[in-house]
Amino acid sequence: MENSFIIDKLYKAFGQDILKMDTTSDILSFTVASPMIHDVIRFLKEDLQLQFGFLTDLCGIHYPDRGLPLGVIYHLHNMTEAKRVRIKTFITVNHPKVATVTDLFATANWMERETYDFYGIEFEGHPNLKRILNVEYMDFFPMRKEYPLEDPTRDDKDDRFFGR
Amino acid sequence: MQMETGTYNKVDPPDGYTAPGIFATTLDKVVGLARKNSIWPLPFATSCCGIEFMATMGAHYDLGRFGAERLSFSPRQADLLMVMGTIAKKMGPVIQQVYIQMAEPRWVIAVGACASSGGIFDSYSVLQGIDKVIPVDVYVPGCPPRPEQIIDGFRKVQDLVGNEALRRRYSDEYMELLAGYGILK
Repeated sequence: MENSFIIDKLYKAFGQDILKMDTTSDILSFTVASPMIHDVIRFLKEDLQLQFGFLTDLCGIHYPDRGLPLGVIYHLHNMTEAKRVRIKTFITVNHPKVATVTDLFATANWMERETYDFYGIEFEGHPNLKRILNVEYMDFFPMRKEYPLEDPTRDDKDDRFFGR
Repeated sequence: MQMETGTYNKVDPPDGYTAPGIFATTLDKVVGLARKNSIWPLPFATSCCGIEFMATMGAHYDLGRFGAERLSFSPRQADLLMVMGTIAKKMGPVIQQVYIQMAEPRWVIAVGACASSGGIFDSYSVLQGIDKVIPVDVYVPGCPPRPEQIIDGFRKVQDLVGNEALRRRYSDEYMELLAGYGILK
């Protein structure tokens, strides 16, 4: 299965919702408008010629100086033909909502919980969207690039030893 | 044969009155002597310091020669909670539960930089020292501390155990200490 074959099928089915295509990095990567992400992934999974039936990874990212800072990255894998593809979708911080893919891939359940835990991206339709790795009373999202790396609740650090 | 008197290090007897067939001393000295030479540790080994503890329990460094031969993973049967390794904030309540389940008298040793103060992991997820959730008796700094240092910390715990007053666990100060951590008796 060539990249061009996948690109052709995607453009025929979704046209202007595929925003940016990148064939120069290690695998085929493209960006999708966030309302269509569920349909695009479903198409990639269920189309008989594409059959990307394995969700390798689902993670979040935060680029603080972009117009759409928060993003969700999906890695899909076609196991019969050993073909991988990367799908990205970007959303705003004020309305960080993306459709869930747990109805398509069961592994997305915990992966979306982790993405919510660290980036605050809410997955609509998720059966159990709550923090998975951090303590439940944490009131911020640690992987957003808005917080200092150090523990903000610590009160006994001497500034002389930390270069301040 | 070389099996004469030999130069074994024996434990010195406490102060007391000696007479033929009689040795009289105070109860707390005898109890302290017995307790300190038979501490049963609970190895709460989380990460790298746990590996150093495995070396300490091995034959070369041998913590067993100080009486800590019998490790117990049941808190009810353990005397000393040895916390060795990085403790995440999510693990904090678990450690507190293990400490609460230990029977009196109990001691806690924090082995390594992570257990003492969070170590190099000053981040949103690591508990900055287990003394945020349980009272600690001895801290062994190091990243990781060598087995000799762990044994040194253990010897300090032995000193504490040997010199402890018998009624300390019923005293008001101890109750206040526990209440400060939210551990109610």
